[in-house]
Amino acid sequence: MPKQLPGELLKLQLRVEEAARSYGLSFFQTCYEVLDYDEINMVASYMGFPVRYPHWKWGMEYERLSKNYEYGMGKIYELVINNDPCYAYLLESNSYVDQKLVMCHVTGHNDFFKNNFAFAHTNRKMMDEMANHATRIRRYMDWYGVDKVESFIDRVLSIDNLIDCHAAFIKRGKIVDEEEEEPKGEGQVQVSRLPADKEYMDRYVNPDDFIELQKQKLKAKAEKARKFPKEPARDVMKFLMMHAPLVRWQRDVMDMLWKEAHYFVPQAMTKIMNEGWASYWHAKLMTEKVMESSEVIDFADRHSGVVSMQPGQLNPYKLGIELYRDIEDRWNKGRFGSDWDNCTSMAERRNWDKQLGRGREKIFQVRKLYSDVMFIDEFFTLEFCKQQGFFAYGYDKKRQEFIIESKDFREVKNKLLQSLTNLGQPNIRVTDGNFENRAELLLEHKHEGVDLDMQYSKETLKNIYAIWTRPVHILSSLEDRCFCLSFDGESFKEKLISK
Amino acid sequence: MSLRIHNDHNRFKDIVRGRIKQNLKEYIKKGEFITKQGNEKIAVPIPSVDLPQFRYGSKSQGGVGQGPGKAGDSVSQNPGDGEGGQGQASSDSAEHGLDVEVTLQELADMLGEELLLPRIEPRGSQRLKVKRIRYSGVHSVGPEALRHFKHTFKNALRRQIATGTYDPSDPIIVPIRSDLRYRSFKVIDKPQSNALIVYMMDVSGSMGEEQKEIVRIESFWIDTWLRRHYDGIDSRYIIHDAMAKEVDRDIFFHTRESGGTMISSAYRLCADIIDKEYPADEWNIYPFHFSDGDNWSVDDTRLCVGILRDRILPKVNQFSYGQVESPYGSGQFIKDLREQLQGQSKVALSEIKDKDGIYKSIKDFLSEGR
Repeated sequence: MPKQLPGELLKLQLRVEEAARSYGLSFFQTCYEVLDYDEINMVASYMGFPVRYPHWKWGMEYERLSKNYEYGMGKIYELVINNDPCYAYLLESNSYVDQKLVMCHVTGHNDFFKNNFAFAHTNRKMMDEMANHATRIRRYMDWYGVDKVESFIDRVLSIDNLIDCHAAFIKRGKIVDEEEEEPKGEGQVQVSRLPADKEYMDRYVNPDDFIELQKQKLKAKAEKARKFPKEPARDVMKFLMMHAPLVRWQRDVMDMLWKEAHYFVPQAMTKIMNEGWASYWHAKLMTEKVMESSEVIDFADRHSGVVSMQPGQLNPYKLGIELYRDIEDRWNKGRFGSDWDNCTSMAERRNWDKQLGRGREKIFQVRKLYSDVMFIDEFFTLEFCKQQGFFAYGYDKKRQEFIIESKDFREVKNKLLQSLTNLGQPNIRVTDGNFENRAELLLEHKHEGVDLDMQYSKETLKNIYAIWTRPVHILSSLEDRCFCLSFDGESFKEKLISK
Repeated sequence: MSLRIHNDHNRFKDIVRGRIKQNLKEYIKKGEFITKQGNEKIAVPIPSVDLPQFRYGSKSQGGVGQGPGKAGDSVSQNPGDGEGGQGQASSDSAEHGLDVEVTLQELADMLGEELLLPRIEPRGSQRLKVKRIRYSGVHSVGPEALRHFKHTFKNALRRQIATGTYDPSDPIIVPIRSDLRYRSFKVIDKPQSNALIVYMMDVSGSMGEEQKEIVRIESFWIDTWLRRHYDGIDSRYIIHDAMAKEVDRDIFFHTRESGGTMISSAYRLCADIIDKEYPADEWNIYPFHFSDGDNWSVDDTRLCVGILRDRILPKVNQFSYGQVESPYGSGQFIKDLREQLQGQSKVALSEIKDKDGIYKSIKDFLSEGR
């Protein structure tokens, strides 16, 4: 049962929320719960939810978090989940200043959940849904055996990144087609000929090569109609759910995991924006409204911890908050539009200030309408990149270490965008569910300059095989060579393919 | 309080245990652990426990960072979570491999489960116990030398507060007779070692470093397993070439001598030690002998069998002979023993080809559970 929030913190919550409203933030009702470190580690392992289906991977995460905490290598200050009402957890051992900071931060997240477009389609009663999933899976475990259900979950989790992250917004061709007219077989291909009065005219009216071309076109069309799926399926998980030979409970489990995977998509899509927004607001609320003067040092210490950088690591809190501040500043001073873009005089640019004061308005608009990819694409400017000292790094084979490759704006931005596209997951589609006409599964990796990890790919193929029960293949390339990796239940085969 | 996660956590630990068991053979081959004892934790590497997914190779991907430095500088990769934010951090956890801490005892138990080793039934109904004294209690009477100041003081303070004679501005505590407390002792039974392992090793010229390493590792695991079953264990070490002598553990494992091989000398010394110091009805005795099987003469072998049959076998739980393959030895000895000690149930013989053979050999020795 939720514990009653102590009176002191309750008062604090009201104060923080009133301050937040005065800036125009709008958020769901928030339920805070105070947990000790063991409980918060548990909830964090369950990714914020108090009840999840039984699985060892939570245990693994719990072990990692507990070890980290015990060895003083990091603790969780706060957790918040996208739900209505919004649930947030506070660590019992936090000091009063920490709780203040956390509440301000949580309120920022809460506002983001409620208003950002990416979250518009999420289930706001996910807390209940997760608990229902847990109950259902527990029941299947009772009926069919823990090991059986758990190992099936293992396999499904191994493809839960192969989903269509834009599914909520785009209607794509249905994965299951309604009954269509039977495509005509090869023998029935008939090309309509134009009438020719005289027999000798026929070869001029209907030239042979033209007829042949038409024949081939029809043939190709018939072939395409036989193709399964018609269009490459972006949501591999759903495709398997629909078409793999599963029994009922397996399909149900897969469906639940599919829903859970989709629930977390918006959070992955807006990591930088979301954390940046929350950090922006905790700083603003604390420094302008909530903090006592005696708490300044502690606040500064925590805040700099949150936005600290480590070489070779991109801190989404830092990048986010700096971008929002940059946007606010630019729109306050009118540093946008074609006048600004076309201005080449450095001196003029440096002193550019039109006194527009539209910064606040702009960042509220941004938080509503953008996701990480768009956010970076539009507002990560040359000036910003230089000023913040971004660099792109890569692995140097000769030196066997990661080195800074470039500080060039284009390259940095490209690399950054690339790591965000498709949530940083490889783009893999089902192109043929009846490969070689033997009900084998053909996946295709759309190579975008980054190779797959082969060890992981092989293990994953094994798991997909276990679901599909027929041989599975994946087309990809490694160091510029195309290949097809296959698994037939016993062994792997690798075939080079010329482009 | 029991949290829901503990089920999942135990499930994960089971998986880890399973992985350790799978790789047990590898760990046994390694000599790294043999300086460890009983409850000490050791870190064993296991292949990563992970849910595989199609993902980018980290080396091929690279990334974007922030900070000082110019092109060509190296990036120190210190993975560290800035702050636990969304609970999304799990995706970047440890990449390959995992070090798991287990105690040596747990590892020994796993070895037992994996090799299907039976529990050993100790011999001799009267387990030897030694009485020891421990000052762990508090009593109201006792000699002044054992007065427990803290308890006495507390009692006096409590009494004075209760009776209202305590004045915080002048905090003088005066204990009276009934406040005094003394340390008192309890008698506890401490088990005395009741098992003896006699290690014998051939150190003649034909036993090289590799052979000795095998002996060292194998005897370590035997030692660990037997310690699981006895409260305490006495170990004695004998080396021999043409002559046998008793040495300490260190010399046993490191010395290298040359010369001929008279196995009977070691057996005789072993029998002497047992006769003199370890009465067979109170002790569980396990002699182990390792050699490359190249005895001096047929006569000596006959002598060995005689000593074994008459003096050693009647007193021990089990006599074990491990023959390490060496490029020089003829390996005749194990054949002779096999022939001549047929039907003797207390004898375990094993041939060890190389480090991989240790695993099987441990099973040979310990699978009887005597």
